[in-house]
Amino acid sequence: MNTESIGWWGVVIGILAGAVRGGTPFLLVSLGECLTEKCGKINLGLEGTLLVGAMSAYAISYKTGNPWIGVAAAAGAGAVMGALHAFLVSRPKVNDIAAGIAMLIFGSGLAFYLGKPFIQPSAPQLPGLELGGWSAMPQVAAALKISPIFLLGIALAFLLQWAFRSTRFGLRVRAVGDSPAAARALGISVGRTRLLGITLGSALSGIGGAHLSLFYPGAWTEAISSGQGLMAVALVIFARWNPVHCLYASLLFGGAQAIGPSLQAVGVSTGYYLWNASPYVLTLAVMIATCSTRRTLAGAPGALGVPG
Amino acid sequence: MIIPPPPGRPAAPLDLELVQVTKRFGSFVANDRVSLKIPSGTFHALIGENGAGKSTLVKCIMGFHTADEGDVIIGGHSRDIRSPADAYQFGIGMVYQHFTLVPAMTVAENLVLSRPDLPATIPWEAERKRLNAFMRTAPFQVDLDQPASQLAAGQKQKVEILKQLYLESRFLILDEPTSVLTPGEADEVLGLIRRKVEAGELSVLLISHKFREVFGFCNSVTVLRRGKVTGGGLVKDLTTDDLAAMMMGGPRTPRTVAKADRAPGAVALELKGLRADKDSGVPALEGLDLCLREGEVVGVAGVSGNGQRELVEVLAGQRPATGGEVLVHGEWYGATRTDAARHGVFLLPEEPLRNGCVPAMSVAENIAFREFDRPPIRLAGCLVSRRGIRGFAQGLISRFGVKTRSTETPIGDLSGGNVQRAVLARELGPGTAKVLIAANPCFGLDFAAVESIHGQITEARNRGVAVLLVSEDLDELLSLSDRLLVMSHGAIVHETTPAQADVKVIGHHMAGH
Repeated sequence: MNTESIGWWGVVIGILAGAVRGGTPFLLVSLGECLTEKCGKINLGLEGTLLVGAMSAYAISYKTGNPWIGVAAAAGAGAVMGALHAFLVSRPKVNDIAAGIAMLIFGSGLAFYLGKPFIQPSAPQLPGLELGGWSAMPQVAAALKISPIFLLGIALAFLLQWAFRSTRFGLRVRAVGDSPAAARALGISVGRTRLLGITLGSALSGIGGAHLSLFYPGAWTEAISSGQGLMAVALVIFARWNPVHCLYASLLFGGAQAIGPSLQAVGVSTGYYLWNASPYVLTLAVMIATCSTRRTLAGAPGALGVPG
Repeated sequence: MIIPPPPGRPAAPLDLELVQVTKRFGSFVANDRVSLKIPSGTFHALIGENGAGKSTLVKCIMGFHTADEGDVIIGGHSRDIRSPADAYQFGIGMVYQHFTLVPAMTVAENLVLSRPDLPATIPWEAERKRLNAFMRTAPFQVDLDQPASQLAAGQKQKVEILKQLYLESRFLILDEPTSVLTPGEADEVLGLIRRKVEAGELSVLLISHKFREVFGFCNSVTVLRRGKVTGGGLVKDLTTDDLAAMMMGGPRTPRTVAKADRAPGAVALELKGLRADKDSGVPALEGLDLCLREGEVVGVAGVSGNGQRELVEVLAGQRPATGGEVLVHGEWYGATRTDAARHGVFLLPEEPLRNGCVPAMSVAENIAFREFDRPPIRLAGCLVSRRGIRGFAQGLISRFGVKTRSTETPIGDLSGGNVQRAVLARELGPGTAKVLIAANPCFGLDFAAVESIHGQITEARNRGVAVLLVSEDLDELLSLSDRLLVMSHGAIVHETTPAQADVKVIGHHMAGH
C-alpha cells in the first residue's frame, strides 16, 4: 500500500474509516447503556457483556460456519447477562454500580475461560458492504468497507429515539427511570419494565462484541475490547441519554481512536501514545465545554443510581 | 364471594362501601374497623388530623395496601383490589397527595402515559387531537408541552386532576387536592367536580382539612381519629364545631397568637433588581425589588409559576442569581452557610422533604443540620457528638410536637405535617432567627398543624423577626401579613395591606393585568 501518493489525505481517510469501524462497538454498547440507564439503572457490566458477545459470536461462527448465527448467539448471550444483572439490581438494597462491577469481572472471566480454545482457529467473518468500489484508491475502498452491524446501529439509534417518544414501552421505560413511584401509581410494573430494558440493552452490547470478533479487528483475543465497554458508559452521559447523540459521540470517539494509527501510517510516529490518548482528552474537553453548573444534566433519568 | 373485575369499565358513578376495614403495620393499627358508605353520585368527605389513617384507608381502596380484615364493596359485591390497575378497571381513580407525574415528561406525555389501554405505538397526531379536544372542555389550562419538572406545585396539582378527568374515572379519590391552589382556583376545581357529581357522572371521596370545602361541596362526611371512625353523617345536619369535636376528640379550642401592635424596625432584607433563570434558562425573576423590615410579615401572593419558587431558591442559596443583589442588614448576602448563620437567615421551604431534608437521614440528624458543626454538638476538631445531636433534637421534637417513633427514624418515613414540624423546629427552635423565609409552609397540613405553624410565624414576628411569606393561599396571606405584595411574571406588581386589600384587585394583578 502506497501511503505517500495520497499524503495527508491518508490521515483523514484513516480517521474517517476508524470512526465507522472503531465507533461501531461504542455505538452498540452506548445504545444498550442508554436504554439501561433510561430504566433508571446503570450497567457497568457491559464491558463484560461485550467480551462475552465477542467470544460467543466467534465461537458459534466457527462451530456453525455462519457468522450471522454468531451475531444471534452474541445477542442471546448478552441478553442472558443482562437478565442476570436486572435480577440482581431488582433485589432490595443491591447497588447497581457494585453489581455492575461484579458482572464486568464475571463476564470477562467467563469469556476468557470459555474462549480459550477459540484463540487459534479462524472463524468465518461477517461480510462487509463494499461501498467504495467506485474509487481507484485502495485506501478509500478499504475505508468504505462498512460493517453491517454499523448500519444496524444507525437504524437502532433512530429507532430508539422514536421509541422513547412514541411507543408504550418507551414511555414506560422513561417513567420507570425517572420516577418509579409515579410509575407504580400508574400501575406500571417497575420490575418487569426494567428487566426488559436491561436485557435488551445488554443484548445490543453483545452484538457490539460480535462486531469486534467477526469484523474489526476480526479475531478473538482477550485484549479485544480494551475498556471500550466502560468508555461507552461515559459516552452515554456525554450524549445526554439521547440515542442519536450516542451515534455522533460514537463516531467521534471511534475517529479519535484512529488518530494515532493513522498518523503512524503516514510516517508520523512522534507522540504515538499521546495521540492514542486523544479520545480521553476529547471526552474531558467536551465535558468541560458542555457542562454547566447552573443546570442539572438535562435528560438524566431522575431515578438513576437511586436504590429501589 | 369475590368476583373478578367486569370486562368493561363502568359508565355510571359507583357506589362504594367499606365494611369493618382494618389495616395493621406491625403492632400499629392504622385503620381500626372502619366502615363508611358512599352512595352513587355523591360527594363524600373524609376528614381527620395528620396520622389519623386517611391515606392508609384510601390506599386500601386503591390496591396499594391489602386490608387485613374487612371488605370493599362496589355495586353490592365484595371486590378484591390488588393493584391500582385493578382499581382502574373498577373505574376508581385517585389524585395523590404526593405528585405522580414523571418529571422528565411533558404534560401531554404524562396524560397519555396514564392511560392503561395505551397502544403499543402511540399515534401522536391523533393523541394530540384528542388532548386538544379534552383541554377545550377542561376547567383549567396547562401548557401541554411543558415538562412536569418545570411546573410549580399548583400547576402539578391541576395536571393530576386533569389526568383523572382524562381517564374518565367514575369514582374519584382526592387526597387534599386544593392545598396548593389559590382559593379562587380551589373553588373552581371543586365546583367543576361538584358539577360532574350533580350531573351523575362521578362519585367523589375527598380527603380534606378544610371545613370550608366540606361545607361548600360535600354531601356527607366521615371523621377519622387515630384510625377509628369518630363520627360523620350528612353535611347539612352538622356544624363546624361538631366536626372539630369529632376530629380533636373534644371541643375545638382555637389557639391563635395575636399580632402584637408594633411598628416595623430597621430594614432586614432588601432585594434590588434581582434576576434569576428557571431550570430551562428562561428568565424567572426579571428585576425584582423588595424590602422587608424587622418585626413585619411581608406576604407574597401570586399564581404558582410566576417566579415565586425561583425567588425562594435564590434566597435559600439553591439557585444563583443572574443579576441584582440581595442585602441582609445592609450587607451583601451570598446565601452561604456562613452568611446564613451570621445574619440569622432561616428558611421554611415548600416541599420540605425535598428542599430542606435528607430523607434517608434520621430525624435527629435533620434537626441538627444548622447546629451540628458548632459547639456544643461539635466536639474538638471535626468530631461530632452523636449524643449531642440526639439530645438537641429530643428537646425540639417534644417542644414542637413532632410525632416520630424515635429520634433515629429516617425523616422520609414521617407524615407530611411532621416533616414540616421538624423543619420548623430546626429553623425556629434555637430562637436565633432574624430573617425567616417561608414558602407555602402549610401545604397539605391539617388545621391543627396549620394553626400551630401560623402561631409560630406570628410569634417570631412579634419577637422582631422579619418574615417573608411566599404563599399560594390568599387566606393565609391575608391573616398573617402586615404588607401584601403580588408577584406576576417575575416582578412585584402590586402592594397593599390586608386591611385595605380587595380580593378582586389582587386577583386581577395575580392574573397579570
